[in-house]
Amino acid sequence: MTSNLITNLYVFVLAGFIGFEVIRRVSPLLHTPLMSLTNALDAIAVVGAIVLVGEHKSTLATVLGTVAVVAATSNVVGGFLITDRMLKMFKTSKPKKP
Amino acid sequence: MTPLINETFIQIVYLVATALFILALKWLSAPGTARRGVWAGELGMLLAIGGTLLYQGIVDYKWIVIALVLGSIIGVPLGLVHMTAVPQRTALSHACGALCVALVGTAEYYLRAPNVPPFMMAVLSMEVILGSLTFTGSLMATGKLQEILPQRPITYKGQNFVNLSLLALAVIVAAILVLHPGQKHLFPLLIGIPLVFGVMMIVPIGGADMPTVISLLNSYAGLSAAAMGFVLDSKLLIIAGALDGSSGFILSVIMSKAMNRSFTNVLFGAFGQVQPAAVAGEEARTVRSATAEEAASILAAANSVVIVPGYGMAVAQAQHKVRELYDALSKRGVDVKFGIHPVAGRMPGHMNVLLAEADIPYDKLMDMDAINPEFPQTDVVLVIGANDVTNPAARQDQGSPIYGMPILDVDKARTVMVIKRSMSPGFAGIDNPLYYLDKTLMLFGDAKAFVGDIVRELAGGGHA
Repeated sequence: MTSNLITNLYVFVLAGFIGFEVIRRVSPLLHTPLMSLTNALDAIAVVGAIVLVGEHKSTLATVLGTVAVVAATSNVVGGFLITDRMLKMFKTSKPKKP
Repeated sequence: MTPLINETFIQIVYLVATALFILALKWLSAPGTARRGVWAGELGMLLAIGGTLLYQGIVDYKWIVIALVLGSIIGVPLGLVHMTAVPQRTALSHACGALCVALVGTAEYYLRAPNVPPFMMAVLSMEVILGSLTFTGSLMATGKLQEILPQRPITYKGQNFVNLSLLALAVIVAAILVLHPGQKHLFPLLIGIPLVFGVMMIVPIGGADMPTVISLLNSYAGLSAAAMGFVLDSKLLIIAGALDGSSGFILSVIMSKAMNRSFTNVLFGAFGQVQPAAVAGEEARTVRSATAEEAASILAAANSVVIVPGYGMAVAQAQHKVRELYDALSKRGVDVKFGIHPVAGRMPGHMNVLLAEADIPYDKLMDMDAINPEFPQTDVVLVIGANDVTNPAARQDQGSPIYGMPILDVDKARTVMVIKRSMSPGFAGIDNPLYYLDKTLMLFGDAKAFVGDIVRELAGGGHA
C-alpha cells in the first residue's frame, strides 16, 4: 500500500512536469481547443466509473456509477467532437507546399 | 485468460493510452499537427475504454452499455453547439467531469468505510471536495455565460470571510473523517459544504473574469481526477488528471497575468473586486465621431490595418462581417492583421476560434507580444467591442484600477477607430482615455451593422 502510494506520487509529479512542458508550448491561438481536448482526455475517469458499475458491489455504487459514466461519456464524445470541429476551421493564408 | 494475464494486458493497454494522451497534447501545440492530436486522443480513449471492458471483475454489462449509449446521446449535441456557445459548453463539460469524479468518490467511500486508511481517506476527501465545488462552480459559470444568471458580479460585505470559512469547515470535516473514517453520517457534509462553496465562489465573478475562472475550474477538475486516480490506484487516471490540472494551471497563470492579478488573488477566488473608478473631474471632454462612409475612406487609404476584437464582437456576432471587411481591404492591397489580447472574450483563445470560424487565416491572428511592436508603424487600428484591454491608463495612470495590466498599445497607431454602442464605460466601469485622443474616431453603433456599412461603402455602393 505504502509503496504503491509512493509510486503513484512519483507518477503524479512527473506527469505534472510533462504536462507543464508540453502545454507551455501550445500556441495561444489554440487555447480554446486545448481546453476542450484536455477536458475530453480528463473524462478518462469514465474507466473508474465503468468498473464501479460492472462490479455491482452495492446498489448505491451501481446507481452513482451509472450517472458518472453518463456524465463522463458525454464529455468524451462532446469534447473530441468539438475540438476537431474547431481545429478544422483553422486555415492558413499561405498556400500549402506540395 | 487467467486473472493475472488479464490484469497485465489491461495495464499495457492503459500504458499505450497514456502515451497517446501525451502525444495528443504535444501535437496540439501547432495548428499544422493539431488534428492529429485529436485522433491520438480518440484512439487512446477507445483503447482505454475497450481495455476496461475486458476487466474480469465486471459481472454485469447491462448498465454500463446503457450509460455509455446515454452519455453518447447527450455528448453529440454538446459537441455540435455553435462556436459562440463554446465558453458555456466548456464550463458545462467541467461540471460533467467533476460530477463523475465526485460520484465515484462517494460510491468508493460507502463501499470501503470504515476500513479506509488515513492517506486514502485524505485523497478521497480531496477528490470529493474538489469534485463537488467544481461541479456547482462550473454550473454557475455556465449559467452566467449562457446569461440565465445575471452576469454582473454580486458582492457583499464579508464575502471572502464566508467563503473561506466554508472551505475551512469542509477541510475540518475531512480531517475528522481521516481520523475516524467510520463516521458515515459526516460524509454528506463533505459533499454538501463544497457544493455550497462552489456556488458562493462564482457569485462575485463578473463576465470579464470568466477566462481566469474557467481556467481555474479546468485545473480543479483535473486535480480531482488525479485524486480519484490515487483512490482507485490507477496511473492512467493520475496522469490524465495531472495533464489536465497543469493545463488549467498554466492557463490560469497566463490569464491572471493578462488581467494584472496576482495568482494568490486568483487562488482565493477574490475575483471581480474592481474598485469603482475614482470619479474624474467632470470636465466635458470631447470625442470625435465618424460615419461609416468616413471610416471606409480612411481604411481604404491605409497601408496597414490592425483589427482588435473583443467580447463585443462575439455578442454582436460580427465575425462574419469582419471577415467581409478583411476580404474587401485585402483585395485593395491593405495589409490586415488581428491583434488579440489573452483575455479578450470569455475564455482563453475565444477570439481566435470565432475568427477562424469566419475563415480568417490563422497566420493573421497575432497575440499581444507579437502585435504590440507593430502598432507604431500601423496606419489604422479598428477596435471592435474591446475596451479595457486597449486602455492606455493601464500604462500611464497609477491611480487607475487597471494600472499595470498589459494592454494592446493601440494608441501608438496613427489613427484609431473604435466601434462602440455608446460612451457608457465598459464592464469594469473604468473610463478609457483612448476615446478622447485627437487621433481617435468613435464609430457609434452595433458592431455587426457598422462593419456591414463600412463593407458596403468600400464596395462602392453606400446608397442603401
